This record gives sequence, structure tokens and C-alpha cells, in this order.
Amino acid sequence: MTTIAPPDDQRTSAADVSTPPARRRRGRGADPTPIWLGIIGALVALYLVLPTLIVIPMSFSEATTFVFPPKGNSLWLYRNFFTGDKWLESLQNSFVVAVLAAVLATAVGTSAALGLHQLRGRVARLIRSVLMFPILTPSIVIATAVYISFLKWHLTGTLTGYVFAHAALATPLVLVSVTSALGTFDATYLRASASLGASPWRSFLTVTLPLISRGVATGAVLAFVTSFDEVVIALFLRSPKFQTLPVQMYNSVVVDIDPTIAASSSLIVVTVSLIFLVALLVGARKQRR
Amino acid sequence: MTILIGKNPTATGPTAASSGKGAQIRLESVTKDFGLAAPAVDGVSLTIEPGEFMTFLGPSGSGKTTTLNLIAGFETLTSGSIYLDAQEVGTLPAHKRNLGMVFQNYALFPHLTVAGNIAYPLRERKVPKPEIERRVREVLELVQLQGRDKHHPAQLSGGQQQRVALARAIVFHPRALLLDEPLGALDRNLRSALQLEIRRIHREVGTTLVFVTHDQEEAMNLSDRIALFHDGRIEQVGSPENLYGEPETLFTARFLGDSTVFELGDQPVTAPLTWEDERWAVDQGTVAQRARSAARTALVVRPEAVGVVRERAQVPQGANAVRARVRDIEYMGAYRTLQLAAGAAGVAGRARIPAADKNYAIGDEVVAWWHPDAQRIVAA
Repeated sequence: MTTIAPPDDQRTSAADVSTPPARRRRGRGADPTPIWLGIIGALVALYLVLPTLIVIPMSFSEATTFVFPPKGNSLWLYRNFFTGDKWLESLQNSFVVAVLAAVLATAVGTSAALGLHQLRGRVARLIRSVLMFPILTPSIVIATAVYISFLKWHLTGTLTGYVFAHAALATPLVLVSVTSALGTFDATYLRASASLGASPWRSFLTVTLPLISRGVATGAVLAFVTSFDEVVIALFLRSPKFQTLPVQMYNSVVVDIDPTIAASSSLIVVTVSLIFLVALLVGARKQRR
Repeated sequence: MTILIGKNPTATGPTAASSGKGAQIRLESVTKDFGLAAPAVDGVSLTIEPGEFMTFLGPSGSGKTTTLNLIAGFETLTSGSIYLDAQEVGTLPAHKRNLGMVFQNYALFPHLTVAGNIAYPLRERKVPKPEIERRVREVLELVQLQGRDKHHPAQLSGGQQQRVALARAIVFHPRALLLDEPLGALDRNLRSALQLEIRRIHREVGTTLVFVTHDQEEAMNLSDRIALFHDGRIEQVGSPENLYGEPETLFTARFLGDSTVFELGDQPVTAPLTWEDERWAVDQGTVAQRARSAARTALVVRPEAVGVVRERAQVPQGANAVRARVRDIEYMGAYRTLQLAAGAAGVAGRARIPAADKNYAIGDEVVAWWHPDAQRIVAA
């Protein structure tokens, strides 16, 4: 027995070397997913996604009112959308508002995150909670408050009004994503850049910004989407001259009973999905590098 | 302004280091108070000469890093002033001081390549592109990292990263180079390799260099002069030989190297000394300046100056002696160290004996002796 034991030992140690320990640990630790869990997961996913996807077949319907299941196969709703002035105009309004609101929210949210990162302590926590109010407050309350104050300042129904209201709503999202990006940011980098001759502004541009860029970009995308599909405040601020796409869609259902909404919904679903997909892919590529 | 002579590193001595020898750094009553119990830096005055290798040595919390940060401009002065040559820089922001800095954790920009990191200070100074390329190449050669310019910092080892950090800090010909425990994160072998490297680069570049460390061996290996920090003040400034051989205070004697310490209380240091029932002669040349006016003094003696014999009769004429017991014996390869318990109080002492000497065993009663000119009487 004693003469056999050493080679046995050697064999196991050789096996240890040949298998990477990480892979072996994962293989042992994770059980295969049970089938029933997979089925439940798929059902929940369907439940979440199906109502959104239903607008896509609806948008190819031939009917002039809402019919489900959709009948026929036609692009006339899309023609309606792209030739009707009010649809295109509200799409353009929404786009301009969302871009400007995203830019404003990104600038404000990033500055706030940087400032609070340096401040720390109880004061910083307090300010952070205050800045989170727009996420926690019911949107109807915000909408009412915005409407009352904007009436006074003559901002209702104007581009400026929409941009300010939406930027305020989106700022906390930028704050959160930039703050999490700053979590791994080492303040010594800024001492290094200062010692190398970079002013605080140059340091921000050449060191801080590149290192937190993913957080900033995520925040900007979230801000854009938040503004693009915001409807409650937009309903309050609308005027005959200026309304955004969600408001136009709401009108088309409630007032006009116009099925073109199916086309516009499909367009929004596809656009938003594409934006997130691109953001995800770019993020993944950066991470790999 | 060719400070970097990359082509022929070995041929350049300190004098070949060219026009820019670096600035003189002068600290006058520099104080930094963070509002805690005691100021972090308390009235430090010190002049660092152009081209000098000055080490700030001290235990953690002694104010050495804070002093370095004040010179770099990362902290604001509470009071006092800092001069680079004739220019007062106490209120100048860090990015206008033109000082190279190397950090313990390297602080290389992770989004830039090695070349990008080294080019950074040159880009900020709007140096033309061809010259940037040339200087990056030269400095990479100086730190012996040719061919690594396209790598990202994360792809390099700790030692290589610190070389890049060094290259980045000298490529713009700063007025002085500040290093904050630059070898603290490296293992022992790499440390000594990089110590050599830093000394060589200092010789070739010839800049003023301020080096912060808590490692006394490192300080002694590298420095022209050492400033020993203690509780926010400078305890003693001098060459490594000066601090080791002629300590002024017990703190200095204990911090640099090993010593056996005999507390002398408040007895006068002019006459023969009494310690327990021993009487010791005093060589006035070994009495530290500060010991003459100090309320309490101590006698210190280095292990290499202590001899060990069996009987008091064997002690050489004129030597001071104390009876002791062998507590432990350490074999150090080149020599043996006897750990002694001296006198009735059992004061911890050390004596260095030849490695071949196997005559002693733990528990032996011996007599330790030293010549009066090898001891040092310091302020306690």
C-alpha cells in the first residue's frame, strides 16, 4: 500500500495543474437550471413583453379603427404617420425636447455627482436624497406643481418649459449612474494629473471624463428615454402649437380614434430597443478591452 | 535642456547631469493643522539643495507625507512658506509648480497606454508632436522599458508600472522629483532592484529628489541626507552616516539601526557615569549636543561595537562593561547576534559576534563590553 500511495498522490496533483481552478469551481458550484424554472421564467418574460410587442402586428392592419386580431397586411398606417403633419411635427418636438433635456440633465447630474463625491459625509447624503425627489414623487404631483409654476412664468406650451421639466425629472437618473461610475474612480489620478501640469478643468476633460464616460453615457441615454416617453407633465404643458409625440398619441386614441398610434408605437418600441442595444454592445466591448 | 542622456547611461556621473540640476526647496516654519489634537506638521524648516537626494524618514503619522504633499501643492499651508529657488510657491496651485510626483499606487491613467501616460505632461505643455515622440522614446530607454509603449498599465507588473510612473514624472524636466513611498507596494527583491534604478536615474537626471519612506534601510541606502520626522517635527537632519553614527536623541538612535539603550536619568554627563553598580567612562566626543542640555539622557551602543567575554578580567583596559545573560542567539549567515539581558534590570541588548563563534549557549552568564568612544550619549 505504502509504495502505491505516492504515485497516486502525484496523479491527483497533476490533474490539479491541468484543470484551471476557476472552471472547476464553477462546474461544481452551479447546479443545472431545472426545466420548470426555465418555463416559469419564459412565461413571466412573455407576460412582460407581449403587450408591447402586440402593437407591431397591429401597425400593419388595414382597418381604420382598432381591431384585434389585426386584419390584412398593409403599410397605410405608416404612410399616415409619415405624411400627416401633426404626427411628424410632434415626433420632431419630442426628439428636440429629449435631446436638449438629456444634455441639460447630463451636465447637471454629472456635476452634482462629482461635487457630492468630493463632499461625502452627512451633508452629501442629505443633498443626495433631496435630489432623488423627482424619482420618488408621483408624476401627477410633479406635473401639477410644474403646471402651476410654469403658468406664472409663461413657460407652458414652450420648448423651454418642456426641456426644463424633463431635465429635472431625468437629473436623478444621471446622478445615480455617474455616482456608481465614480465608485471605482481613484482621486489620486487627479493629484497625478495636477502634478503633471493639468489644470482642474483639463484634468476633468482628460482624466475624470474618460474614466466615468460609461456612467455619463448611460445617464444620458436614460435621460433621453425618460423625456421621450414622458406623458403626464407633457399633457399639462401642451398647447395647440406645441405638443410631444406621447401627447399626440394620447389624443389620437381619446379624441380622434386614429389607429396610426399603432405605427408610432411600433416605431418607438424599435427605436428605444435599438438605443439600449447599441449602448449595451458598446459597453460590453469597452469592458472586454 | 537635454537632461535625459539615454544613449550612454553609464558614462554620465552626477556632474554630467547638465544644465537643469533642479531647484532648491526651502521650507520655513511650515505648519499644517488638520484641526486634530496636534498639528500634522509643526513648524518644519529645512533647505533641500539643488540636485540633492533627500529622504523624509519617519514612522507613519510623523508628518513626512503631509510635508511632501505641502511641497507638491496637494495640501494648503496653515502657516509658513515654501520656496522653489527664489519663488514663493506656498499658495501656487499644484499644476503650476512644475514638480514631478510618483505615488505609492503608481496612479497611472488606466485609459491611456504607457506612451500616452508619459506623453501626458508634454501634451499639457503643448510640446510639438515629433518632440513628444522623441522624448517618450528617450525616457522609456532611461527606465529600460523599450517596446512597452503600446501596453496599457494593467498589462504591466507592479515594478514596470512604477518605472512608467517614474518616466512620466521626469519626462517634462520638473524642478524637483517627489516620491511618496514609491516602493511600498513591491516585494523585497523588486524593491532593491528599483532602489538601484532610482539612484541611477537620479544620478543621470541630476534633479533635486525628495523621497518619502518609513523604511530606514531604504533611507540609508539611497539618500544624500535624511530628515527624520517625529510627531510633525524634524528630529534630526543629516547624512545617513551622521544619523546612524551621531544620533542626537534616543528616538533617532532607536529608529536607525539596532542599539542597546541604558537610561541614565538626570546625572551629569561630564563625569564618569553610574548605571546600577557599574561605573562607565565618558568620552566627551560622544556626548550629543542636545544631551548636554537635556533633562534626561541615555547611553546607546550599537551591536557591532559590543564585545562579549566570559570573565570581567578579560575585558580590555579602559572599556566599559556590564554583566549580562544570553537570552537568545540568532544566526544571520555572515554573523551571529547575541540577544542579551543586561544588568539586574535585564535591559535588552545586542552584541554581534563572528558566525563561526559557537562558544555561547542560551542562559550563559557573560560580560559585555565596549570602548567609551564607540558609545553615544543622547537626549532621552
